[in-house]
Amino acid sequence: MAVPKTLGIETEYGIVLRGTDDPNPISASSLLINAYLSKRDPRLQPRVSWDFEDESPSRDARGATPISAMPPEIETHLVNAVLTNGSRYYVDHAHPEYSSPECADAYSVLVHDRAGELILIESMAAADEILPPGQEIVVYKNNSDGKGNSYGTHENYLMDRSTPFGDIVHHGTAHLVTRQIFTGAGKVGTELPGMNRDEVDFQITQRADFFEEEVGLETTLKRPIINTRDEPHADARKYRRLHVIAGDANMAEVSTYLKVGTTAIVLGMVEANAISRLWTFADPVRAMQQVSLDLTMRAPLTLDDGTRVTALEIQEALAADARRYVDSHGTDYIGGPVALDVLDRWEQTLAALRRDPMELADQLDWVAKYKLMQAYRDRDDMSWDDPRLAAMDIQYHDMRPGRSLARKLGLQTIADPAHVEAAITDPPEDTRAFFRGECLRKWGDQIVAANWDSLVFDVGIDPLRRIPMMEPTRGTRAHVGTVLEESDTPLELLERLRS
Amino acid sequence: MAEREQRKRTSPSEDEQVEEIPASTETGEKLKADMDDLLDEIDEVLETNAEDFVKSYIQKGGQ
Repeated sequence: MAVPKTLGIETEYGIVLRGTDDPNPISASSLLINAYLSKRDPRLQPRVSWDFEDESPSRDARGATPISAMPPEIETHLVNAVLTNGSRYYVDHAHPEYSSPECADAYSVLVHDRAGELILIESMAAADEILPPGQEIVVYKNNSDGKGNSYGTHENYLMDRSTPFGDIVHHGTAHLVTRQIFTGAGKVGTELPGMNRDEVDFQITQRADFFEEEVGLETTLKRPIINTRDEPHADARKYRRLHVIAGDANMAEVSTYLKVGTTAIVLGMVEANAISRLWTFADPVRAMQQVSLDLTMRAPLTLDDGTRVTALEIQEALAADARRYVDSHGTDYIGGPVALDVLDRWEQTLAALRRDPMELADQLDWVAKYKLMQAYRDRDDMSWDDPRLAAMDIQYHDMRPGRSLARKLGLQTIADPAHVEAAITDPPEDTRAFFRGECLRKWGDQIVAANWDSLVFDVGIDPLRRIPMMEPTRGTRAHVGTVLEESDTPLELLERLRS
Repeated sequence: MAEREQRKRTSPSEDEQVEEIPASTETGEKLKADMDDLLDEIDEVLETNAEDFVKSYIQKGGQ
């Protein structure tokens, strides 16, 4: 069985409060988000809070929850808002985090990921108006501080509960390890424990250094390639949500688009049993790091049967499977027509990587960053451990439009700027995010709590009314657009939904 | 350790020339000039004290 690959991206941004001796990232993150909310939509703050009723981040997809696996800390007192575009904007640990709404395809995710960037940019400007002169909050869309601290960019994919989890682990690992060749955001040096930073000049991904396990529940230490958090935010009898923590935050639109687009296709193929070969690494964690270190696309990875294969060869095989899958199964479960475009780009990208990765300097983050740094090294005769390169590595991801090196490079874009602008306030129309976002827009002052799978209304008479939204593909404009339009009050809405 | 050194040696910075700018052709010169302009432009916005900036960029408590 297959289910539509409803998907989303959540990004923890790096944050710096400049101009003070004792910057507290938690209060800076709160200030940043509150500044945005009070400027953009005061109704949403602080009245609409997050509803934690169905949250269970420590539930494990493999079955029993291991005793050592502590649930992630949930800091309910911190700012935690739901926006009219259906997203969640909040303080997670010590970072501002933007979780995109549920989307139906890779293009929609890209649009909402970019809208998230614009929201962060607007937040910085709003914070500027509040902060004392000389202070400034700057956010970075990256995953590492270069000192062994990482923060995540997580993807989520809706999957059929009946698909054996072992199949997801096997094929998912093969894809997540090898897709790095186009998803990597690039990094100067290494942060692998036991190594000096300058033992590696430059590697493809920000995150590969931080993975220690093949499968597990953790997200902050001993990070696993396949995360087993079993918290579907949907009907748990039908669905699971694959929580992917192995990816980089991307500045390049092509990298983001391919990252989520190819993964949705691969997971759709897992559900349909359409992957022709089981690629099992002898040591998946080591393979992940080998791929990240190999800028030539030629380093062989060892499989459990002793044979050797490159990341590019595995990607080519998966793309060939995908072409066959699309021909035989269509695209209904993997993002519709967008999936065809993803597949074309996937094939073209792999072909270019095989010819010469530098062809993709205007498309993929790691190549763009590498090329820029090589140009500096040539001009100024810099060695790889020059602090100016480390600074550029961070500044590539600077969200301030005038300072972002990625934006200065003029990378290829895919998202229509008008779509991105609209997505700051408008939800996707083809998932339940539409219902959440439109209800917030219309009745934000009567919604007391929201979550991925519910809304709680205060209709003026007790008790509070909770609307469950356990089907991620329902609540679309097609399903509820008319009902929402014709209802003047939440009570009317509740009555119409009941009938 | 030998293996790490090996890995380092195989990085393209060492043995695979990645400078894709053919210096002798007209297009090559144009590309190089464009890149020089871009670097000049980027110089203007780079953090002024790279070393301090890198040192102070610390991000604890992430997933």
